[in-house]
Amino acid sequence: MSNDIVTNHVINLIDKDVRLDGRKLDQFRDIKIEYGVSAKSAEGSALVKIGKTEVVAGIKMEVGEPYPDKLDEGTIIANVELLPLSSGEFESGPPTIKSIEMARSVVDRGLRESKAIDFKKLTIKKGEKVWTILIDAYSINDDGNLADAIGLATLAAIKDAKFPKYDEKEEKIDYKEKTKKSIELKELPIPVTVLKIKNKFVVDPVLDEENAMSARLTVTTIEDGRICALQKGGILPLTPEDIEKIIELATKKGKELRKLLK
Amino acid sequence: MPYNKRFDGRKFDELREISAEVGVIPNADGSAKFKIGKTIAIAAVYGPRVLHPRFLQDPIKGVLRCNYNMMSFSGSGERVRPGPSRRSKEISYLTEKALEPVLDLSEFPSAVIDVYIELLQTDAGTRCAGITAAALALADAGFPMKDLVSAVALGRIEDKIVLDVSKEEEDFEGGMADIPVAMLPRTGEITLLQMDGLVTLNELKEVLKSAKKACEQIYKVQKDALRARYLK
Amino acid sequence: MGELKVKDKDIVVPGDVLADGMDFLPAGGAFREGENIIASQVGVVSVNGRLLKLVPLNAKYLPKKGDTIIGKIADVTNNCWFVEIGYSNQACIPLRDGSMEYIPKGADLTQYYDYNDYVVANITNVSRSKEIDLSMKGPGLRKLSDGRIIKVNSAKVPRIIGKQGSMISMIKQMTDCRIIVGQNGLVWLYSVDPLKEAIAVEAIKKIEEKAHIQGLTDEIKVFLESKVGVKYAIQ
Repeated sequence: MSNDIVTNHVINLIDKDVRLDGRKLDQFRDIKIEYGVSAKSAEGSALVKIGKTEVVAGIKMEVGEPYPDKLDEGTIIANVELLPLSSGEFESGPPTIKSIEMARSVVDRGLRESKAIDFKKLTIKKGEKVWTILIDAYSINDDGNLADAIGLATLAAIKDAKFPKYDEKEEKIDYKEKTKKSIELKELPIPVTVLKIKNKFVVDPVLDEENAMSARLTVTTIEDGRICALQKGGILPLTPEDIEKIIELATKKGKELRKLLK
Repeated sequence: MPYNKRFDGRKFDELREISAEVGVIPNADGSAKFKIGKTIAIAAVYGPRVLHPRFLQDPIKGVLRCNYNMMSFSGSGERVRPGPSRRSKEISYLTEKALEPVLDLSEFPSAVIDVYIELLQTDAGTRCAGITAAALALADAGFPMKDLVSAVALGRIEDKIVLDVSKEEEDFEGGMADIPVAMLPRTGEITLLQMDGLVTLNELKEVLKSAKKACEQIYKVQKDALRARYLK
Repeated sequence: MGELKVKDKDIVVPGDVLADGMDFLPAGGAFREGENIIASQVGVVSVNGRLLKLVPLNAKYLPKKGDTIIGKIADVTNNCWFVEIGYSNQACIPLRDGSMEYIPKGADLTQYYDYNDYVVANITNVSRSKEIDLSMKGPGLRKLSDGRIIKVNSAKVPRIIGKQGSMISMIKQMTDCRIIVGQNGLVWLYSVDPLKEAIAVEAIKKIEEKAHIQGLTDEIKVFLESKVGVKYAIQ
């Protein structure tokens, strides 16, 4: 048991199946999704609020050469920045391991492994010109559970996106003109982070709860319930039974969250 | 060739639509969002905090440190590569200079007051929007200020002085003069003045007169935003 | 000579002219610039005869000698504890002021206060360079255990405490809660009944939100009475 009053208080409540704000252990805070928040400049954008946690994501599209081993495929590049604007705990500077982990495990892996985007459909001219979808997510206020918020925001931004006009002869993109063509999303891979605190499992933690956790597992699931990404964090281990329970919980919540994006 | 009608139809001394809101980032000590046309700037203040590295500390008073950044998707063309550029570093520095004159940081020796400015969407007038939002965030945080700071970009296009230069005007074919101004609206004192282009002294005088009137309008919106938090 | 431009209890923002002429004396967040008295912060005007005071609604905590604060032990050395109090510098409890009991040199100081412990302490000195000294010697000063800690804006602390402690006494009585309010904005609460503890927290958060409103004491009284189901009578 820690000697930190704040952490002990969180743990005592959770032991009694209650949270700081009165929520149940498997209850999310209020979620708000706003599309097109940067519509003048981004090809697609969205803002997501989970309680007081706020993140914004934007899509830019570029045309370039394909990778030599994938001549008929475009690709995605995901970037996450945990802005010092959003928390006293984040510093200015190059991406930290935390933001890199989020970009890779929460955004990139989910989209890639679920085959949510058909990269072949991003080809303009095989071997020569393909689209790259650049996804950038920024934290605006960190009150816990940035990972799930970023997962939702990036999906919402992709949904919001429209391809800009591409002049094949001039080989130039006219960013000022958007076509009506969207990015086809075949799946909506939803990441849900579950924390183990004492012997209980908690979703959508606020900051004080994140500080009280022993372990966490982010589980990304698709519509049919299959898992397309997993990432464990926290200093203590999880038993196989823990992991089963967490995956069940995350899959259930993933289904609920997916409805918000439909 | 005279510039007789603005591209977006505005009058020559007309601001785009402006709005402001404070307290938008709960974690910050003070925060604000400022919109002018389609340019959206958010600012957050954290401090006083310990300043590292130590050689940057001032033993007499706190140090103001501003960090201006554009989100990668906020530009109207290609994606902006993340990280500081020479331009963003210059703007960060100028923002500090624009705000320092109103602050008294003698109660926070050796500490730093960090101001972070992020642009969600850019459509000209970005450094001025950043300064305006930052001033609001500092006031929201409760740092004593002699006055607020309001900023706007003016320009000279052909024979006309224009207020609140638009992106199209910035890119004007024949060239133009771009003049960002930051001001303490109560006294009219100027804390930021830059100019790219060519102007005569008379043109500059007109610019400063127009700037004062515009900053008074921005000032009103800033003050209303600060009050709005408490007038429910 | 001299004109007041605002009324008592008005909400003003930086740059607002509060009065002109030499009749009034500025106090709090109000300052004189030539003929005018100007507001330097967002706050509430308080006019008391010739005294024109601006009470800020949001402010960073400025440590002063005599303040009782709640802090978190951030570091422990051979002869002092460093305490995080919500200011840019950490404060320090020197060995000699660590406890009413005698602490021998060479003792393991973590046995008294360990990392992450919360303590109630008194500020004994603030130097010009803002080095802050704390003492644990005094009535009520101690390490805290159990209960919970919440953070409020330090500018609202006077409202939470109330005139002569009237507001906080009311909350304590109605919720059977032990409450310590640090001048730095950290508040410790403890009640055997967690539901009553939650009501006390809600009351304090309400005060923080509405510190600028008149009749707040009555509003909180009504709130507490409705939540607890008993009428409030000063004891």
